[in-house]
Amino acid sequence: MTTTSASRREITFVVNGQPETVRVYPMERLLDVLRQNLKLTGTKEGCGEGECGACSVFIDGVLALSCLIPVAQAEGATITTIEGVVADPRFRALPEAFLEGGAAQCGICTPGMIMAAVHLLEKNPQPAMNEIREGLAGNLCRCTGYLQIMEAVAESARRSASA
Amino acid sequence: MGVLTDSPIGARVPMIDSAGKVTGKGIYTDDMTLPGTLVGKILHSPHAHARIVSIDTSAAEQLPGVKAVVTGRETPVKYGILPIGHDETIFATDKVRYVGDNVAGVAAESLEIAEQALRLIKVEYEILPAWFDPEKSMLAETNLIHEDKPHNIEKDYHHHFGDVEKGFEAADYIRDDRFVCPEVTHAAMEPHSTLAQYDSEADAITVWSSTQVPYYLKLNLSSTLQMPEEKVRVIKPLVGGGFGGKSEVIPLELAAAVLARKARQPVKITYSREEVFYAHRGRPGQIVELKTGITREGRLTAVEARIIQDGGAYCSYGVVTILYSGQLLNAMYDIPNVKFDGYRVLTNKPACGAMRGHGTVNTRFAFEQQLNRIASVLGIDPVEIRKRNLLKAPCMTVNNLRVLSYGFPECIDKVEERSAWHDKHGKLPYGKGIGIAGSHYVSGAANAIIRSGAAHTTVNLTIDREGTVTIFTGASEIGQGSDTLQVQVVAAELGIGLDRVKIIAADTARTPIDLGSYSSRVTFMAGNAAIAAARDAKTKILNAAAVKMATTPDNLLIEGSRVMCRDDRRLAMSFEDAVRLAIPDGADALDATGSYRPPQEATGGKFKGAGVGPSPAYSYCAQTAEVTVDVETGQVTIDRLIAAHDCGKAINPICVEGQVIGSVWMGLGQAVQEEMMWRNGRLMNPGLLEYRSASTLESPEIESIIVESNDPEGPFGAKEAGEGSLAATIPAVTHAIYDAVGVWIDTLPITPEKVLKAIEEKKKSEAGIQKMRQA
Repeated sequence: MTTTSASRREITFVVNGQPETVRVYPMERLLDVLRQNLKLTGTKEGCGEGECGACSVFIDGVLALSCLIPVAQAEGATITTIEGVVADPRFRALPEAFLEGGAAQCGICTPGMIMAAVHLLEKNPQPAMNEIREGLAGNLCRCTGYLQIMEAVAESARRSASA
Repeated sequence: MGVLTDSPIGARVPMIDSAGKVTGKGIYTDDMTLPGTLVGKILHSPHAHARIVSIDTSAAEQLPGVKAVVTGRETPVKYGILPIGHDETIFATDKVRYVGDNVAGVAAESLEIAEQALRLIKVEYEILPAWFDPEKSMLAETNLIHEDKPHNIEKDYHHHFGDVEKGFEAADYIRDDRFVCPEVTHAAMEPHSTLAQYDSEADAITVWSSTQVPYYLKLNLSSTLQMPEEKVRVIKPLVGGGFGGKSEVIPLELAAAVLARKARQPVKITYSREEVFYAHRGRPGQIVELKTGITREGRLTAVEARIIQDGGAYCSYGVVTILYSGQLLNAMYDIPNVKFDGYRVLTNKPACGAMRGHGTVNTRFAFEQQLNRIASVLGIDPVEIRKRNLLKAPCMTVNNLRVLSYGFPECIDKVEERSAWHDKHGKLPYGKGIGIAGSHYVSGAANAIIRSGAAHTTVNLTIDREGTVTIFTGASEIGQGSDTLQVQVVAAELGIGLDRVKIIAADTARTPIDLGSYSSRVTFMAGNAAIAAARDAKTKILNAAAVKMATTPDNLLIEGSRVMCRDDRRLAMSFEDAVRLAIPDGADALDATGSYRPPQEATGGKFKGAGVGPSPAYSYCAQTAEVTVDVETGQVTIDRLIAAHDCGKAINPICVEGQVIGSVWMGLGQAVQEEMMWRNGRLMNPGLLEYRSASTLESPEIESIIVESNDPEGPFGAKEAGEGSLAATIPAVTHAIYDAVGVWIDTLPITPEKVLKAIEEKKKSEAGIQKMRQA
């Protein structure tokens, strides 16, 4: 990452419903701006290479890897991070199901997994197990073998349906 | 949670530290920033083996924004996790010994400035011949990696228990095989991170770090920074996975501290994913030459193993790893005669260390694979051959390992039944197969790394006037359930709800000593210490209540947060009222303490190397694997894995299941796709995709079955659950491949290429035999 070639400038976007203006280098990673400038440390870095999904956020409703996105690209965008998702009553069942089902062990992949699950459930509120498997395929975990995670997503879907 | 009135032992209690993990609010080291925090970066060696002729840091030091530059000149004190393996310095002093070795550190105002400063450091190297192949390295006469290690052998051990010559004479069948297991690594999802803050007025340092071993980190900070122990404080925030990769002092932890002291500002270093791969400390590559003798009836008579481990450039845990690889040939089956020759060899690659299933995994693969090959030759069912060689616990093995609880027979029964073994083994169509294997692991090492008479762990409790219990423990939660387990056992012992118990853990200034989260020691050792502390509190509470209630303490019990008379439960008082009675005059809280130290009988024999292997208890696992092999491509698909794990007692089944499934999954990764691929000391695949860490799409159904053998010394009967089931996965899968297509894979990982080649060779040799018969 090189940021020294350009000077800092103001970039404005909406994060979790709040308008934010940050003074940053345009090529800084969105991940770093969220974590360092805005102190939204729920978004994690697992690899910095777009491989693990731990840094997933929504940009204008699209699931994106914030470690690969220069902050300039998010100018004017509406961004939702894990902090925004868990504050949204529509998704209350997800963190609960993760907690109760043992889907979070070390927890570094968990915010990204929940973001991927939100993305899946919004398109497909009652996914079959193979659809959950597909939907989480971009997020790596080293603790769980994924079973409790997939079951937590299924359980969350069941609870939302009966709510 | 629905467990407030029932006993919390065996309840499915959500992990208390996970609440912050599912919301993003939990704090890991890299989430922390102090005012004025600088970015630390490390200059790594580009050469595998070279003498440092000169280092010029002047240009880096003059770069605006650079606050400190440190080289090996300022860090001469050697350290290492083992007292006999102090062979590292924070930064290289004379030589670099692997690509990635630590040459210098920089602390700067931004990452860009720090990276620019690294490029300005001029290092002149004299390149030396390097050693990459352990079998060649162990013959080295010159260009030694460490001058005090002849032939680049870190350590060799030669054990002989019973008489293997006589054992082989008594055998009807003897088999010799060679197994090759390449290196694998932990790849925890959280890259290592350390934040260090130096207080120049007090000349004291505080370090927050992603560590499994805060206490050992404190000791190593004290020795390398040459600061008294009481001036060093280590705090462990949430840790994003360890698997052994954070179970020793990792260079960035000391580098951040030494830079913070020099810069007089806080310094944070977080490894990039590539740096994590080069920091490594994973499972060493291992060659196992194994010879087993057996009678016609299938009774093992002797086992002889020659094991070579490719340890990398520094000792790390190496001496322990090579010993485990031999010592834990035992305590699984009844083997009367065992010989072991083990060589831990140095090479110019990153040091290998402890990884989940430390030392046992590759040996267990070799042994179980050979046992399955023997069963196939003798025509004995592989389930049956295991049943004919069971230990008769309680017992002492030939190498002085004490086994009290032994749930392995039940584990075998469970997977035999659940997998419908007898309907499938040898009966599935060509291309489909089922396999079985066993494994075991220690519930903590009975002997501490640093030998002393001290307790291995101490837990303190404080109970306030409202009856709220606070646990102070050094045990390190790393996602396995350490905190929750201690809350559960304290609540159970005190007869109160989980909601009354809080925990403060892993802060060396506030919590008592615990040796760390490694060798699956926490449940057994911290669990027992927590029980002891709760009993101490309970005694004090009941003594005080007995006076008030005009009865004797042994006529009292605590249940549902009420202290009651056993003979008339209507005579009762609330837990908090009883606590108030027990609080000493002038104090505002009731204090209690408990410790754990393994019993002398569990600490092993007297021979050289006897200290590694002994444990107060061993877990057991049996597994079946079902596979489909595509005979056109060699691709192996795992259809189903079933693991029955004897954890003694599942204090929290959520955690036990999570640990068993996670272990099996990690074992499967090593079996079928993970491998550190080295070329001339450079790692060819230092990324999560290139390393091929499995995604959901490659992860099969894994079923865990809990077996409870109730260990007589375990906390509520519990033993380890976090590592023991990893090793059985690999031989269960290779066995299933044999059942499917008739070939044995002895070199890991089981790539399609290897399977296809083995199938083709088998076809050729069968065709050859056919021709000979026709001729």
